[in-house]
Amino acid sequence: MNFTLKIWRQKSREAEGGFKTYAVKDIPPDASFLELLDVLNADLIRKGEEPIAFDHDCREGICGSCGLVINGRSHGPHKGAATCEQRMRNFRDGEEITVEPWRAKPFPILKDLVVDRTAFDRIMLAGGYVSVRTGGAPDANAIPIPKPVADEAMDAAACIGCGACVAACKNASAMLFVAAKVSQLALLPQGQAERVERAERMIAQMDAEGFGACSNTYACEAECPKKISVTHIARLNREFIRAKLI
Amino acid sequence: MDAGKVKFFPRREMLDLVVADGQARGIVARNMVTGALETYQGHAVVLATGGYGNTWYLSTMAKASNATAVWRAYKRGACFGNPCFAQIHPTCIPQSGAYQSKLTLMSESLRNDGRIWVPKKKGDTRPPQDIPENERDYYLERLYPSFGNLVPRDVASRRAKEMCDNGYGVGPTKLAVYLDFGDAIKRNGRHWIEEKYGNLFDMYHEITNEDPYRLPMRIYPAIHYTMGGLWVDYNLMSNVPGLYVIGEANFSDHGANRLGASALMQGLADGYFILPYTIGDYLATETFQSLKETDEPFQRTTKDVTERIGRLLSVRGKTPADDFHRELGKVMWDNVGMGRNKKGLEAALKEIPKIRNAFWKDVKVVGTADSLNSELERAGRVADFLELSELIARDALHRQESCGGHFRVESQTEEGEAKRDDRNFTYVAAWEYAGDGKVPKLHKEPLKFDYVKPSQRSYK
Ligand SMILES: Cc1cc2nc3c(=O)[nH]c(=O)nc-3n(C[C@H](O)[C@H](O)[C@H](O)COP(=O)(O)OP(=O)(O)OC[C@H]3O[C@@H](n4cnc5c(N)ncnc54)[C@H](O)[C@@H]3O)c2cc1C
Ligand code: FES
Repeated sequence: MNFTLKIWRQKSREAEGGFKTYAVKDIPPDASFLELLDVLNADLIRKGEEPIAFDHDCREGICGSCGLVINGRSHGPHKGAATCEQRMRNFRDGEEITVEPWRAKPFPILKDLVVDRTAFDRIMLAGGYVSVRTGGAPDANAIPIPKPVADEAMDAAACIGCGACVAACKNASAMLFVAAKVSQLALLPQGQAERVERAERMIAQMDAEGFGACSNTYACEAECPKKISVTHIARLNREFIRAKLI
Repeated sequence: MDAGKVKFFPRREMLDLVVADGQARGIVARNMVTGALETYQGHAVVLATGGYGNTWYLSTMAKASNATAVWRAYKRGACFGNPCFAQIHPTCIPQSGAYQSKLTLMSESLRNDGRIWVPKKKGDTRPPQDIPENERDYYLERLYPSFGNLVPRDVASRRAKEMCDNGYGVGPTKLAVYLDFGDAIKRNGRHWIEEKYGNLFDMYHEITNEDPYRLPMRIYPAIHYTMGGLWVDYNLMSNVPGLYVIGEANFSDHGANRLGASALMQGLADGYFILPYTIGDYLATETFQSLKETDEPFQRTTKDVTERIGRLLSVRGKTPADDFHRELGKVMWDNVGMGRNKKGLEAALKEIPKIRNAFWKDVKVVGTADSLNSELERAGRVADFLELSELIARDALHRQESCGGHFRVESQTEEGEAKRDDRNFTYVAAWEYAGDGKVPKLHKEPLKFDYVKPSQRSYK
């Protein structure tokens, strides 16, 4: 397959960026989107040009580092898949594809398609954990958790912190991310001890980082590679109100 | 971290270990955004930098996973334990083309309900659904009636390779065997399978464009984990005082053959139950000279790192680092993969230095040292893989027995099973760096078994 790629190039955080157009040829349909970039980069290196910088690690949709805006969509057109899981067979042969980094103030561009997502780390630091000292392992059956509850917690835990929700949102809101993290722990017994502070502190940090508010357009759910539901945002709101009342 | 006890430095790559007065006292790291070299000083260093499976290029490991930290520590005196012990996982999605950058693992759990088979006829090109039951060879069930499809990873992997080598492989590349859920779906219904393995089935479908609810999955073994790593004692300290190594980066816990799920167990054991108790003893009982980052050991090591980066940038050849890595991966997979023999290992020991020399003559690293430069990062890692690979092959050649994941073709039973040689090889091979171009020194740490006696494995 052949493609024309319009890719955002930007030398550094401070530099001004712009689109550059590249042609790539003979890409196997089974190649992933990142493998397409690999092929282009190998060409660029051979020509002595700087390859396109992009983040990636696991290349199987579990680490959350590879997010790109492809044709205006976070992680590209194929639903429920991260950029590394997009296969070229889901594009048209000869298609012109636009590739941009996540665009949101709290995610400054470091170079080309690489953005700084440490804002998410700081939100996690504000309460996205359980700090109980475990001691000896308790009996696994001592605290029964109904399957629907466990399933819902697992659905929230599927969040890979990639930032697609922020990139998809016109307000650059991080509500779906924060909701997934708060919801997962609010549903499980381990999360109860710090439940109140967690909701308050993570939301305060989210605001401090400059993420926008949620205006219920659900673009985040539509673009989430892990198909995380906005019902978790509803739970986050409940957790926040509950924290204010307790 | 929230409590302020641990500080986190994202986008930093450790490029060297600082040893002062015989003690590990810090590291030199590159800021991967600005390119600046930074030094960090302390009373001890803990490496938790993961395994070296990417030496083989194609593996299930994350792309950024690399051996630079452990390799640099090795070159500063830390011994490397059992480098040849690598685990090859049987249920990965087969490679589909030369463009491929990594392999994806299908969870082990699939073998609970999936049945592995190949056609009984060599070179059978019929699609799986057209091959009748009596013309299928469920070879694991046939060879291992009591364990069947649940034999350990090394056995399942080796048998799959053997089937393919003998001409029974399936799919477009003939380097695959079937993992079939037909019976399980008939028995328990599609819904039951969906509940249990839905995510994995979707993932397989995405990657291969084939629906595993209708057609059997195609699987093939791939490098997945490295049991070898830096040698450590029971306190998780290497032979360099103050250098601790935890997790997959060290050689401990798994011997020659890791069992499923035990890597995360090791992460917990090392990081939560052992290190917090052992490192305190070192800190409390050792004496330390006062040391600043402006002192000679830090300056010297920073200079070494600067020179090395300069060398990578100054080759100005024609070939991207990745090409050398792929070439190395092929040599490793063909000669230091699932079945190893003297001839192949000796060939690898000839090939690897050739690729390494070609790399240092012809690698092209575009960009500068003082900016975000993923090509420079990659080239540095490939350069280290090109050295470590030689040690892996050397260790594999010296260990003339079959042992866990290390299968020496010359050492097998009549039934083709791994044959151990406890009389000659009941030891950990800890290799000590002796200088570039010199044969490393082999230390043997004898293994003593008080309660269990090593014996021939049998899964019949
Ligand atoms: C696909 C897959 C599935 C697996 N499934 C299971 C499972 O189900 N159960 C199980 O028990 N095990 C499983 N394993 C194995 C297990 O995940 C690993 O062995 C384990 O995560 C290793 O943990 P670690 O902390 O030692 O190293 P890693 O998790 O590899 O972490 C090492 C870290 O160090 C960083 N690093 C490396 N070099 C440097 C450097 N020079 N400077 C700075 N940072 C550096 C890396 O970026 C990385 O973040 C699986 C492995 C894979 C690849
Ligand atoms: S590279 Fe890890 S999610 Fe894409």
